[in-house]
Amino acid sequence: MSAEGYTTADGRKIGGVLMEMKNITLRFGGVKAITDISFDIREGEIRAIIGPNGAGKSSMLNVISGFYVPQEGEVWFRGQKRAPMRPYEVARQGIARTFQNIALFEGMTVLDNIMTGRLTLMESGLAAQSLWWGKAQREEVAHREKVEKIIDFLEIQPIRKTPVGRLPYGLKKRVELARALAAEPKLLLLDEPMAGMNVEEKEDMCRFILDVNDEFGTTIALIEHDMGVVMDLSDRVVVMDYGKKIGDGPPDEVRSNPDVIRAYLGVEHA
Amino acid sequence: MPDTLLYAIEVSLNGLMAGIMYALVALGFVLIFKASGIFNYAQGVLALFAALTLVGLQQGQIPFAHVINASFGTDLHHFGWTLPAVVAIALTAVVMVGLAWAIERIVLQHLVNQAPIILFMATIGLAYFLEGLGDVMWGADIKKLDVGLPQGINETIDAVTFNAFGYGFFIDNLDIIAAFVAGVLVLALTLFSQYTKYGRALRAVADDHQAALSVGISLRFIWVLVWSIAGFVALVAGIMWGSKSGVQFSLSLIALKALPVLMLGGFTSIPGAIVGGLIIGMGEKLFEFFAGPLIGGATENWFAYVLALLFLVFRPQGLFGEKIIERV
Amino acid sequence: MLYREAGDFKTTYAKDSQTFPIKADRMAYFALLAVAFGVVPFLINDYWANAVFVPFLIYAIAAIGLNILTGYCGQVSLGTGGFMAVGAYACYKLMTAFPEVPVLLHVLLAGGVTAGVGVLFGLPSLRIKGFYLAVATLAAQFFLVWLFNKVPWFYNYSASGQITAPERSMFGIAVTGANTPAWAKYLFCLVILVALAWLARNLTRGMVGRKWMAIRDMDIAAEIIGVNPLTTKLSAFAISSFFIGVSGALFFAVYLGAAEVGEAFGIQKSFLILFMIIIGGLGSMFGSFAGAAFLVLLPVFLKNVLVGGLGWPTDLAAHIELMIVGGLIITFLILEPHGLAQLWRVAKEKLRLWPFPH
Repeated sequence: MSAEGYTTADGRKIGGVLMEMKNITLRFGGVKAITDISFDIREGEIRAIIGPNGAGKSSMLNVISGFYVPQEGEVWFRGQKRAPMRPYEVARQGIARTFQNIALFEGMTVLDNIMTGRLTLMESGLAAQSLWWGKAQREEVAHREKVEKIIDFLEIQPIRKTPVGRLPYGLKKRVELARALAAEPKLLLLDEPMAGMNVEEKEDMCRFILDVNDEFGTTIALIEHDMGVVMDLSDRVVVMDYGKKIGDGPPDEVRSNPDVIRAYLGVEHA
Repeated sequence: MPDTLLYAIEVSLNGLMAGIMYALVALGFVLIFKASGIFNYAQGVLALFAALTLVGLQQGQIPFAHVINASFGTDLHHFGWTLPAVVAIALTAVVMVGLAWAIERIVLQHLVNQAPIILFMATIGLAYFLEGLGDVMWGADIKKLDVGLPQGINETIDAVTFNAFGYGFFIDNLDIIAAFVAGVLVLALTLFSQYTKYGRALRAVADDHQAALSVGISLRFIWVLVWSIAGFVALVAGIMWGSKSGVQFSLSLIALKALPVLMLGGFTSIPGAIVGGLIIGMGEKLFEFFAGPLIGGATENWFAYVLALLFLVFRPQGLFGEKIIERV
Repeated sequence: MLYREAGDFKTTYAKDSQTFPIKADRMAYFALLAVAFGVVPFLINDYWANAVFVPFLIYAIAAIGLNILTGYCGQVSLGTGGFMAVGAYACYKLMTAFPEVPVLLHVLLAGGVTAGVGVLFGLPSLRIKGFYLAVATLAAQFFLVWLFNKVPWFYNYSASGQITAPERSMFGIAVTGANTPAWAKYLFCLVILVALAWLARNLTRGMVGRKWMAIRDMDIAAEIIGVNPLTTKLSAFAISSFFIGVSGALFFAVYLGAAEVGEAFGIQKSFLILFMIIIGGLGSMFGSFAGAAFLVLLPVFLKNVLVGGLGWPTDLAAHIELMIVGGLIITFLILEPHGLAQLWRVAKEKLRLWPFPH
């Protein structure tokens, strides 16, 4: 694998390194959630992080999105070392995410929720908005058009004006994806996008993820429990167990890694 | 010893005593908050209501006399008897239990699973309602509450300190009794929650409503229980405050002081309520003593709140609260 | 049958995000404005102005302000009375210091001063959440009232400790002071209310409003998608305080004429405004108006029935009012946590479908 990237089995071109985690260690008090983990995410790639419960996958995602600050290690994004920053600053750099336990704004409509995804891209200030005149209104309309495209893309037109609190689980997941996409992220993080879904919903979600990657060229890092889904979707997989990295590579390679098999199936006691 | 220091010591001691009074109200807040996650703004009004009821029963007032008189042109006031203090207190305790039951029935039951802030606002509504009810039932005039507690300067302390320092400290007997009662209450509550079946159920509910339900604890019973206990604590606080400064509306405002006490001590900690009360009581008296004359006095109105506010900015969980770890 | 949205299609996104998407609503709104500006000023007398209209207009401004902070941004404040006092005293100081400046400017500047104070007391909201914050705002309430009571500079060293609004006029007609005609008071407040309500509406329907609501609904998630909690919360505090400050200035200068801080702006006022937005509807512009109207009319109504009709003493009526208000708060929180605004929405939904409900 060269520095310039590689070509996947289905012929997609993967670019250079977009994000690199170097020797990340994260502790809560005395408990180590992540121990000395390094890996990279390349442009245009679908990268999966897998591992048993409590392996530290979500913590890893939280480190990437700036919610947790690791005690040791460096995060490099687009060729620059990232200084410790607040989550909203990370978002402004072009990293968007979804959450394991859906984190939508329940009191707002679907449309408003997705519009919040664009807030890092909007410029007009308080004064302009309070008058709702000229630039502020034009900007609002321009962004609304972009959002409507995403609504079409994810096939949620009929629920546009529904308050999110009233939606069923599967649709909420889709709205959350829409909100993340609305930010036009350079890196999209998905925390268990298919948890709690039935087969049909999972298939839909897989299709959306592949389409997003394909049509917008968005780099995606995802955590998922469903091994079948992970192996089908992702280009490369990081495997974590007890906060350590035990495998890293294309799905087929990871599948035959003895450490990974041990972590998932247990060890035979002699 | 220099006079200023002696005065300051006397002021701090009185502050500690006042702090115990605050702590008495704060205790009721903590109990309800622990068991139900409800921030009961009405706790102060509960104390006022208890004190009003106590005076009313003791002096044989006819409840709702004003309404009856206004509606029917009668001139009713008293039944014409007075009850012994002990009987009146016991009856008031029964009323408070009934009130707890009614609150659970009419209000809380319908607000299960609502956001904490909604419940908080409901208790503000409850405070208004009870305040109005207390006045309508018993009249709004300032009443004297006397259940036979000794009041006035403690001669022994005065004499002893006079002999030792040449300056006799003024400590009110009532304050000493309040301190003693508060100690007994805390001890009793601790024993109750640690060593009885209901205490254990109470702690279970405080930890996790769903889990407690799943092992067969009746949430409703626990809520009535805890509001009854809080009502009883309010009664004690009402007796102490009422004996000290008369039963009147401002009682419920003094009781608001329990809020900064809680912010300081943490909403879930019984020792926190006591320590917070002492810090606030002593702090505001000392501040008034030293800084009051320079900036116009009456600083007791806000000192506690500002102190708690500044403290919270640096330690958002209070003195004894657990550190909050945020998750997504 | 007239209330229909069928055929009322929106062809642009700008039209789709207007305040009253349904045509009949827009008509009703313009009709209401026409009556408010064109009819009421000619009919109004002192009793109606002082008992109903002027307090309604002023409280509506305060309610919109608190609703921005509490209903939209989710930060419960019990310091409204204190912030109204800031507006009142700032207005008083400005009016007496610069008599030649138009009073409208004083009122707006008083709002600006209050916004500054609001931001100051809003700073802890970054660390303190929920009812910890609610209690912390009590610090503002008690401290501010004490400050205006104890520092003579604020009341220009007047012997009574009161502040009294001097007479100031606009276009040659007095709007403050004892000689103000009822219609002038009414119109002055009405113009300010309409202008501010329009600003508030614009803010809440755009990205600023969405940021506030995002913080309200889930602050952690809001931060992760790019909302800066510092500027967002403080902007809510600033704008909310501006509204409340303006309403405090009007309450003192136009409505009361003379004020003593503890009486006019005590903690009871904080609760009154909070109750308005609970009963009216948290996070709803309509609710701010409905709640203000309701709690202004309720005491007038009760007084007329209990004191005027049944001949009960005034203090008893006041206590009954406490019970009713408290009971209503609880009832609303239980039955309809979104207040009158939600009842109104539901009624409109029904009306849209009537007479074919299925």
